[in-house]
Amino acid sequence: MDITPLYLSLKLAFYTTVILVITAAPLTYLLVYIRFAGKSFFEALLTLPMVLPPTVLGFYLLLIMTPQGNIGRFWKAVTGSPLIFTFAGIVVASLVYSLPFAIQPMKAAFEKIDRRLLESAYVLGLSPLAAFFKVIIPNALNGLAASAILVFIHTLGEFGVILMVGGSIPGETRVASIAIYEAVEALRYQDAAMMCLILVPISYLFLLAINRLTRKQIYGS
Amino acid sequence: MDLNISIRKKLPHFDLDVSFSCRESRLLVLVGPSGAGKTTIIRILAGLDRPDEGRIIYNGETWVDTDKKIFLPPQKRQVGYVFQEYTLFPHLTVAKNVAFAADNKGDVPSLLKRFNIWHLKDRKPDKISGGERQRCAICQALARRPRVLLMDEPFSALDAVTRQNLREEVQKLRRELSIPVIHVTHDISEALYLGDDVLPMVRGRIVRKWMVQFMLKGRPSEARLPESMEGYDSDDRRDLSVLYDSLEVMQ
Repeated sequence: MDITPLYLSLKLAFYTTVILVITAAPLTYLLVYIRFAGKSFFEALLTLPMVLPPTVLGFYLLLIMTPQGNIGRFWKAVTGSPLIFTFAGIVVASLVYSLPFAIQPMKAAFEKIDRRLLESAYVLGLSPLAAFFKVIIPNALNGLAASAILVFIHTLGEFGVILMVGGSIPGETRVASIAIYEAVEALRYQDAAMMCLILVPISYLFLLAINRLTRKQIYGS
Repeated sequence: MDLNISIRKKLPHFDLDVSFSCRESRLLVLVGPSGAGKTTIIRILAGLDRPDEGRIIYNGETWVDTDKKIFLPPQKRQVGYVFQEYTLFPHLTVAKNVAFAADNKGDVPSLLKRFNIWHLKDRKPDKISGGERQRCAICQALARRPRVLLMDEPFSALDAVTRQNLREEVQKLRRELSIPVIHVTHDISEALYLGDDVLPMVRGRIVRKWMVQFMLKGRPSEARLPESMEGYDSDDRRDLSVLYDSLEVMQ
């Protein structure tokens, strides 16, 4: 059995998780603490990937990621290579696809923080940025961890969006879920079974961890 | 070091409209029923809320002037604020909470010892009692070496014995401080016990300044203020009656 697809899946999940936890935290801060016009529209837009069929999302991503699309053109101008059918391309697609899964647990954790703690921090001289790092983040660690784990397993299980944007290029975009599908199509059931056997316990363990973290967040440590 | 306040703000049920000043080494108490606008004043002083109109001037430095569109953010006012309920940072130990914004970290041990919580320095806030948490909150506010100390019903969530102990400690503390201290409470006995000046508040207005020294010498005529009842509607009269009744019980 070729383990490259599994390695690619883990690599994709790792990159997506690291980038999303870092970028989703300030976005969540914006949603929870800052009042601005059109906030509910903005929030619905960020949540949209959660409810759209992956093929629909993948189709639109494909349109903007081709060298003629806005993001594809920008990427090519900066790096000199195309974005679709590359590993970088499926990372970008995963970021969009998993964004709501990063935001939701963080939002729950941020909303649980007493606003008076922030006011106290301001009176004690902290700027909003310093309060974000010294008060919000340390008190939302469970939410951040839950968010990271959810994004990780969600990305491991991604199929439709990756197929649309990345195709199935061995060593580049053929991740485990796609390799399993292709193995079944080619009647290589043993290969498919092996990969499934590895993915199921990984996902199960991560889910267990999320449940524990969420319980901690709700009932305290 | 004087703090001069003259502010107006529209609140849901009435307009807040107050003017008063507090001098250094004085403890001024705003006393009144819940919902009289006391906490709003403290929040405006701390910079957590904005008045619709008015000025706040500390020792010649303008913190708020709505005409000149001046608003000094809370970070720059250097006030100490002890909140009504516990606002210690739950992820930090007692010592780290106090050191959080300390002007000089060297002050922390002496403050903790001064308020008898040195032995709790390595505990998190959820592992200490309510009274100990408020002691820690007072230390946290003082560690910033505040220019004004604001206390918003700091004892209201405590049991009677702890409340009395803390009142005594604050009474001792205020003699050592050379800054204006503004204390908010709905408890008139606390107001009379702590205050140099007591400002009774009803529905966003200060009814009249009571000089505690006179009152404690037994001048009920100073306190009853029958003329103040004029010009108030039935709600105001009810709140005023509550204040007067508590005062009579005290005397």
